[in-house]
Amino acid sequence: MFDIFYNENFLAFIFIMLKIIGLVVPLLVIVAFLTYAERKVIASVQLRKGPNVVGPFGLLQPLADGLKLFSKETIFPTVSNKIIFLLAPMVAFSLSIAAWAVIPIADGWVISNINVGVLYLFAISSLSVYGIIMAGWASNSKYAFMGALRSAAQMVSYEVSIGLVIVTVLVCVGSLNLSEIVYAQKSVWYVFPLFPMFIVFFISALAETNRAPFDLPEDESSLVGGYFTEYSSMLFAMFFLGEYAAMIMMSGMATILFFGGWLPPFDIAILNQIPGFIWFAGKTSLMLFTFLWVRATFPRFRYDQLMRIGWKVFLPFSLLWVVLTSGFLIIFDLLPSSV
Amino acid sequence: MLPVFFYLFSIIAIFSAIMVITTKNPVHSVFFLILTFFNSTGLFVLMGAEFLAMLLLVVYVGAVAVLFLFVIMMLNIDFSSLRAGMIKNAPLGLLIGAVLLGEIIFSFIGMKYGISEIPGNELFVKLSEIENTRALGNVIYTDYIYLFQCAGLILLVAMIGAIVLTHRRRENVKKQDAVKQTLRDKSDSIEVSKVEIGKGV
Repeated sequence: MFDIFYNENFLAFIFIMLKIIGLVVPLLVIVAFLTYAERKVIASVQLRKGPNVVGPFGLLQPLADGLKLFSKETIFPTVSNKIIFLLAPMVAFSLSIAAWAVIPIADGWVISNINVGVLYLFAISSLSVYGIIMAGWASNSKYAFMGALRSAAQMVSYEVSIGLVIVTVLVCVGSLNLSEIVYAQKSVWYVFPLFPMFIVFFISALAETNRAPFDLPEDESSLVGGYFTEYSSMLFAMFFLGEYAAMIMMSGMATILFFGGWLPPFDIAILNQIPGFIWFAGKTSLMLFTFLWVRATFPRFRYDQLMRIGWKVFLPFSLLWVVLTSGFLIIFDLLPSSV
Repeated sequence: MLPVFFYLFSIIAIFSAIMVITTKNPVHSVFFLILTFFNSTGLFVLMGAEFLAMLLLVVYVGAVAVLFLFVIMMLNIDFSSLRAGMIKNAPLGLLIGAVLLGEIIFSFIGMKYGISEIPGNELFVKLSEIENTRALGNVIYTDYIYLFQCAGLILLVAMIGAIVLTHRRRENVKKQDAVKQTLRDKSDSIEVSKVEIGKGV
């Protein structure tokens, strides 16, 4: 009767579950403290103090915020489509967590080392539009709907340039596996030869995660709260956490594609002593800081300007770089070996 | 472990495919369509066709279905007229369905008795040795390059057609010319003039 518990598959299953918990729990803690970091960074930019009352240096602020949201009432608008209204934040949240299944945090520290890792990340980030569009439609409110439409158009547009940036990196690596991409950067990080593509990727990532200066879907001066206008309590919190988790995911992706993942900057013994996940976390934090820095610095784009940049500037530019990079690799015979 | 997931994905896929054509609300239909795509992705992964699975996600779920949703949400669809056309269009739908089913059955019979030789069969041999992204790339960009280019051209023509059909040039639209804006400087946009008191510019 208890045979199933001694089954090898079952043990493997338990082991994978433990790995997932080991990744997701720290991730959620980091997400919580990212909200704190954001408030602190923006406060510093604006010469304020930021949260400093709850706990030492205000460190317990995210906990207090979480408790507050938890104790609020969940409101369903009477005209809303209840099931989809409830599903939308779950989709948004779980998708941004699901992406972490393939991200290698250190050498071999990855839940699923699949051959098409980059495509998986790309697919997940393109799916995250559904949480927003579902929320906008199910709320049955014009502000939410307008926010969702803006967001859908924006994310679909910027995926194109992200896709071309990824192609450029893949041409240099010759594999879709994320760990392989990191190994390929042992001699030089791709941010140096492909610097313009990194800039394109970073700006597109801002648009893809609906962050300032492209946070038009939640543009409060014209759309109240955008797609989550009608949301309250934990459903709102799930959107919020999902957005921040997506931000961390995008930063992690940038780290892997351009900053050599868990590799130290120089191949020196002392630097190699430091465990890989610290390098990874450090680089990702730097990217995240840039996200916050941009938010504190730039005003919001107008919608037509956003579309113009996406389609008329980034798309032709990144297409040109794909051609240039592959041409360069062919001329100097640097193409990664093929079967 | 494998059969469990196979039956899970197939049952949900079939169920949601049925829901696509039976549910009343067209937006729900699209969501069920997305669920069907999702579960087919799962089936592809189980078959070991990971590249196709991810492409299905990126292209169909991530882009095509979003546009479907976009259009259906924006259009004010009259449900009763949709229902009215159902009886009229049913024979056509049944015919198409029967043809597709027949094709699938024939190809299965062909596979079982080795009658039909599937072009690109050599892929299956290669799959065991190399990852299928590479295998697909090797075939598509060498043996089938002309067909591949043809497919690309057809899509391009379709795209141009759609743009030509929907694009209309409107008069009196103010457009921002970013280049002109950034090239402006002090000398051609500000004039300092000394105005005498009581005279005006």
